[in-house]
Amino acid sequence: MDAAVALLLAQDGVTNGAIYALLSLALVLVFAVTRVIYIPQGEFVAYGALSMAAVNAGLLPPTMWLVVTLGLAVAIVDSVAAIREGAKARLPLIIIKNAVLPILAVIVVRYLPLKDLAYPVQVLIALGFVVPLGPQIYRLAFQPVAEASVLLLLIVAVAVHFVMVGMGLYFFGAEGGRIPPFTEGGVTLGPAYVQYQTIWIVGIAALLIAGLALFFEHSIYGKALRATAINRTGARLMGISADLAGKLCFTLSALVGAFSGILIAPITTIYYDTGFLIGLKGFVGAIIGGLASYPLAAAGAVLVGLLESYSSFYASAYKEVIVFTLIIPVLLYQSLTTKHIDDEEDH
Amino acid sequence: MKIKLSIKPLAIALSLFGATAALADINIGVSVSATGPAAVLGGPEKNTAELLPTSFAGEKINWIILDEATDPTAAAKNMSKLVNENKVDLLIAGSITPTAMAAASAAAESKTPLFALAPNPADGEKLKWTFTPPQHFALMAESILEHMKANNQKTLGFIGYADSYGEDWIKAINAGAAKYGVTLGPTERFQRTDTSVTGQVIKLLAAKPDAIIVVASGAPAAMPHSTLNERGYKGQIYQTHGAISPALLKIGGKNVEGGILVSGPLFIWDQLPDSHPSKKPGGEYAKLYEGKYGAGTLSSFGGHVWDAWTLASKAIPQALKKAKPGTAEFRAALRDAIEGEKNVIGVHGVFNMSPTDHYGHDGRARTLVQVQNGAYKLISK
Repeated sequence: MDAAVALLLAQDGVTNGAIYALLSLALVLVFAVTRVIYIPQGEFVAYGALSMAAVNAGLLPPTMWLVVTLGLAVAIVDSVAAIREGAKARLPLIIIKNAVLPILAVIVVRYLPLKDLAYPVQVLIALGFVVPLGPQIYRLAFQPVAEASVLLLLIVAVAVHFVMVGMGLYFFGAEGGRIPPFTEGGVTLGPAYVQYQTIWIVGIAALLIAGLALFFEHSIYGKALRATAINRTGARLMGISADLAGKLCFTLSALVGAFSGILIAPITTIYYDTGFLIGLKGFVGAIIGGLASYPLAAAGAVLVGLLESYSSFYASAYKEVIVFTLIIPVLLYQSLTTKHIDDEEDH
Repeated sequence: MKIKLSIKPLAIALSLFGATAALADINIGVSVSATGPAAVLGGPEKNTAELLPTSFAGEKINWIILDEATDPTAAAKNMSKLVNENKVDLLIAGSITPTAMAAASAAAESKTPLFALAPNPADGEKLKWTFTPPQHFALMAESILEHMKANNQKTLGFIGYADSYGEDWIKAINAGAAKYGVTLGPTERFQRTDTSVTGQVIKLLAAKPDAIIVVASGAPAAMPHSTLNERGYKGQIYQTHGAISPALLKIGGKNVEGGILVSGPLFIWDQLPDSHPSKKPGGEYAKLYEGKYGAGTLSSFGGHVWDAWTLASKAIPQALKKAKPGTAEFRAALRDAIEGEKNVIGVHGVFNMSPTDHYGHDGRARTLVQVQNGAYKLISK
């Protein structure tokens, strides 16, 4: 293997690694705040990419009725809870936020000339009908069992994953989708031809990671999330709502997932079930970071991308085996070095 | 308590009644991968099964259509349900090789004739009960090897799925390669859901083969093809019969231009010469299918279910003369009748079954097609 080939493979690995890094950060965030091992994270990649493909082709976002339906369900559940608590004053806001807003959005989108809109506007519309699924799923599937064990939350996550894959097939069909790149063409850097989209991916991923770091360090919501991650009970005693923290981190993870999908859909075809494997590789990255450290998770995810790229050159038939085998020494190392902390100490 | 006690016998009575009522009809069990990774195959297969007649030769036909979700375990469960609960007389099952093998085991065990919807290595007792309307890989591989020889291409690079589809194609090419003076290699593998094949493609390019074959299905087949072109590969790129679909053109765009695909005759039925036996049935099926599911929905895979029914509909009247549906004798008679079928014209060529050949195809079951100006053009046969 000469330097040119090594460089090409590295470029390929870093591109995919950047996506895995974004997902691994979202996974760490969700796990730290809610203790949910968020298997459906990858589904948002597919939903984001395929919704964008639909909007770009001038079709209505396929998931819009799902957003409306789940919105109505959330409105009902929240209203019942509010009435039980005797807080009827909250009802109008609950109904407007969860039920009226999605319906209005659907009506607006129906009359927009989707195909002729500017690319960034199309991205916003696609995200607008995928990202709300994150908090909606949290409210309906996870919030009622928020205090349950990690294992139970994992099982709920697996169930949500299967439901989302199945609905993905229904919404988007079995044939995949692809979208035009943010900027056509590319540039020759030394021996390698680099597509502009690749630069977009790595650049935006870096920006998003920096943005998340700023958010956690400096914003009040970010600090609330961190506080919840460090100590749920303590945070609650300080007046931080665990439900709000959960919804917020699910929104963030849905946004990161869906946007990752839109980033890679121009360089590869995304299918309704592509997300799962991408999410799993992000998960391997997150495991390397012990599901706790953001920088380690991101570094681990890039390592996964590189390993994948080089093993696809040397032993393509065993690529996945090599990537996922990476977990074993990492887990072994972690279980030997870390002191076991009981997750269930909250109870 | 009283209510509970009285429901149970009622339920048993009802189910017995249901079972006896079903015995008088012909029951056909269909298990296809309508969901999961092979949904591109199973979807049109399911759609086709829903088009088939519900009464035939004076008998009512009950179609029991199940989803095997591209999962051999689910396929095996479906088989035991179809065989034990529905007492089917005939099985049409197995969208992919692993699920087809699961179906073949169940068919042999229960002595029920099976039309497998994917090429499979069934042998012995399994082969006795399994008939395979889709074309054997060897038949398809030969067509590409012939074309390579005619165009003086001697080395063939391979990039295919890291599953049984890829593996069986390697076997099929290796079996015929020596005869046509072709050497195979390097062989690279990828996954349907991979987001990049750069590593594999760079390795292929370094070996500079005269031609490269992409062994994949539908839209995922476009990715290696596109990457090869983007990286400047100038040789001929071949695709298999799993790839032919509107999605390949849509996703691949100008990058798949010039690619040559081996395909069953159904997909390009309108370009077949009038002398080709499959032109007429292909057109009839295509119109019926697209009439119900919309223009441009025609898929090569649904045609295999159609052919399975064509073969079955010729055998059922013969079997009815010998035994009543729902009995082991009927199933055995049906199997014997299918095995004896000659010159049955399907949408994928002409079937001539024999005790040793349960595929029954000849050269009329394959065509070579090239992508020209963003459309599929028939280039031979």
